[in-house]
Amino acid sequence: MLRYTEYPPRGYRVRVSTYWWTGRRAYLRFILRELSSIFVAWFVLETLFQINALAGGPSAYSDFEQFLRNPVVIASNVISFLFVLFHAVTWFNLSPKAMAVRLGGKRVPAALIAGPNYVAWVLISAGVAWLILRG
Amino acid sequence: MAAKRSNEPFLWLLFSAGGVVAALLVPVHLFLFGLAFPLGWLPAPAHDTLLALARSPIGRIYLLVFCVLPLFHWAHRFRYTLYDGLQIKHLNELVNTLCYGGATVGAAFAVYLIWRIP
Repeated sequence: MLRYTEYPPRGYRVRVSTYWWTGRRAYLRFILRELSSIFVAWFVLETLFQINALAGGPSAYSDFEQFLRNPVVIASNVISFLFVLFHAVTWFNLSPKAMAVRLGGKRVPAALIAGPNYVAWVLISAGVAWLILRG
Repeated sequence: MAAKRSNEPFLWLLFSAGGVVAALLVPVHLFLFGLAFPLGWLPAPAHDTLLALARSPIGRIYLLVFCVLPLFHWAHRFRYTLYDGLQIKHLNELVNTLCYGGATVGAAFAVYLIWRIP
């Protein structure tokens, strides 16, 4: 009986090193892109702490702000910011590959599909910053 | 034999939606709250200003989307990082449970915290 398994069939198998992704730049980029998700999750946790502190009142919130000024937290946020930017850029650049749009029998150039993502990114970021900073 | 229906498309959809949120919204939040305000590059908004933004119905929905979808994005990507990257394939069920389970617990916690905003 044929059954789908997530594992390759038994028998001859080429052994791949656990560190296969260190050999080539493109592989390393792939793993770094995948690892960016850890930093995304870490910032969601920070935001949950922030929501908790906001709900706790002004003194709880100033404790949270103090926590964010800790050099270790700042360093982790610098690294997280770089990873999140890497995620954003690779995500936008993937969109032309995920969406093959054809107009008049010709494929729409990749830049025309990726471009609007960047425009939306700038506009949304500016809108969010305006809402937060307007005081 | 009837194929078992896979929930992969649904999980992929959450991953993808979370990827969009993480790309469009997380950088500006991280830059402002994680770097610009703590380092004094920009004046930090007062507690009551942020509370007013967070407690409005739209603010709550925004925060819910902001927290929940990227958690499932993390779960899916991290699961495959362990699967393909480190080739931890024999612990597949455990990894799945920890990733999607962790994201579900995080999402429930987010719902609770956002619900509780006074």
